Amino acid sequence: MTGPAPGVGDLDSASSAPLHPAAREVLLAALDRGYADPRRLHRAGREARLLLDNAREATADALGVRADEVTFTPTGTHAVHLGLLGLVRGSRRGDTVVHSAVEHSAVRHAVAWGARAAEVGVRGDGRVHDGDLVEAAASPEVGVVALQSANHEVGTVQPVGELELPNDVPLFTDACASMGRLPLPSGWAAAAGSAHKWGGPAAVGVLLVRKRARWRNPFPGDDRIDERSTGFENVPAVLAAAAALQAVVAERDEVNTRHHALIDVVRRRVAAEVPDVEVVGDPVRRLPHLVTFSCLYVDGEALVTELDRRGFGIASGSACTASTLTPSHVLEAMGVLTHGNVRLSLQRDASRADVDAFCDVLPGLVAEIRARVGM
Amino acid sequence: MSGPDVALELDCRDLPCPMPVIELARHLGDVEVGELLAVVAHDPAAAVDVPAWCRMKAQDYVGEDLADDGAPRYVVRRLG
Repeated sequence: MTGPAPGVGDLDSASSAPLHPAAREVLLAALDRGYADPRRLHRAGREARLLLDNAREATADALGVRADEVTFTPTGTHAVHLGLLGLVRGSRRGDTVVHSAVEHSAVRHAVAWGARAAEVGVRGDGRVHDGDLVEAAASPEVGVVALQSANHEVGTVQPVGELELPNDVPLFTDACASMGRLPLPSGWAAAAGSAHKWGGPAAVGVLLVRKRARWRNPFPGDDRIDERSTGFENVPAVLAAAAALQAVVAERDEVNTRHHALIDVVRRRVAAEVPDVEVVGDPVRRLPHLVTFSCLYVDGEALVTELDRRGFGIASGSACTASTLTPSHVLEAMGVLTHGNVRLSLQRDASRADVDAFCDVLPGLVAEIRARVGM
Repeated sequence: MSGPDVALELDCRDLPCPMPVIELARHLGDVEVGELLAVVAHDPAAAVDVPAWCRMKAQDYVGEDLADDGAPRYVVRRLG
C-alpha cells in the first residue's frame, strides 16, 4: 500500500471513523462463517443465526438494554426513520412531532415525510429550551417528542434523561452522535445509532425500541427473525459493529478523558490565536471528541480545501460547502456565524501532537484566506 | 419604501457568502456612529451572519426588511 496510513490527519470522525481494530478480525472471520440465511435450519444457516444472535446480545450488553430491544437496520438514517415514524404510527394521540431545531436532517426528513413538525428553539450554545419542549408536548395533537442525545455539529449534550414529558407522550432519541462514546440517556421509547460513527462498518444502523413502547412498523414488514427488520441481514457487518461497540465502550473512560482534554486545547488555542473567531457549543457538557468554530470573513470551502492541502480533513457547516447550498440549520438555530465554519472531531488515537499541528497551521491559513479578500 | 432612515445601502444581491458580511465590515466606517447601514443580499447565510457579525463586532442589529425590489435587506446601526 502507498500513501499515508488511513486516518492520519483525518479530524472528521463525526462523519465517519475508520474500522476499529477490534472489529477487523471479527469481520474477516464472519465473512466466511456468516454468509448464510439465518432463518435456515441447516448447518450454515444455524451458524449465521448464532452470529446474528451474538451480535444482538453484545450490542444490548454494551448499551445496557435488552437483546429483544435491538434491531439492526441498513443505516443509522434508516434507524432514525424507523424509530421515529414507528412511534408516530403507534401513537394514540396526534401525528405531530415536537423536536428541537437542531435535530439531524434524518429526523427532519422523517418528520417532513410522515408527520407534522412543531419545532422548539435552542439557546446560543445549542441546548434545547427544554421547558418549551415539555410545554409543546402537552398539546393533544402531539404524538412524539424527538430530541437528540447530543448535537452532531456542535457537540452539545441535550437534557434527554431530564425531560418530564406529559404522561403518555413517547420520546425518540437520535443517539447517532454519541452512541458508544457516552452512555445512553434514559427516558426514551425508541433510539437510533450508526455503527460507522463508532468504528464499526458502514451501513449498519441500530434501532432500539423499548419493550413496552407503542411502536408500529411505519414501512412494509418482512419475514425475518427480528420482526422490526427488513431485508437480508448483513451478519458479518453487524457482528463487526457489535465488536467495535464493545471495544469502544470498554475503552471510553480513557479515550473520552484524552479527547475531552484535547478538544479543550483546540477550543482555547483557536479562541486565543485566531482573531474574530467564534468557538461555539457547550464547552463542558459536550461530546468529548468534537468542536465547532467559525471564522469571520472566511470562505468555508476555501478553508476546507486549504486545510486538506496541508493534510487536515475537517467538515464544515458553511453554505458553500453544503450540498444544499444553505447554511447549517444547526448554526442558524443557534444564531451563530455560519460562514468560515469548521467542525473538528477527533479519531480514536488522536494525540496532543495532532491537535497542536492543526492549531499551529490554522491562524496563518485564516489570515491568508482573509487577505485574498482584503481583510 | 418606508422604513428606517438608512444612510448607506450596500448592494450585495449577487454576492456569495461570506461577501455580504465582508462588504458590511468594509463600509462600516462610511457611516457616522448612530447612523444606519444596510446590506441587501440574496445569500441565505446573510440572515444569520449579519446579526452574528453585529454581536461579534459590538454593533447593533436593527433587523431585516425588504429593499425596493423585494430583496432581503439587513439593517445595522453603527455603535462604534
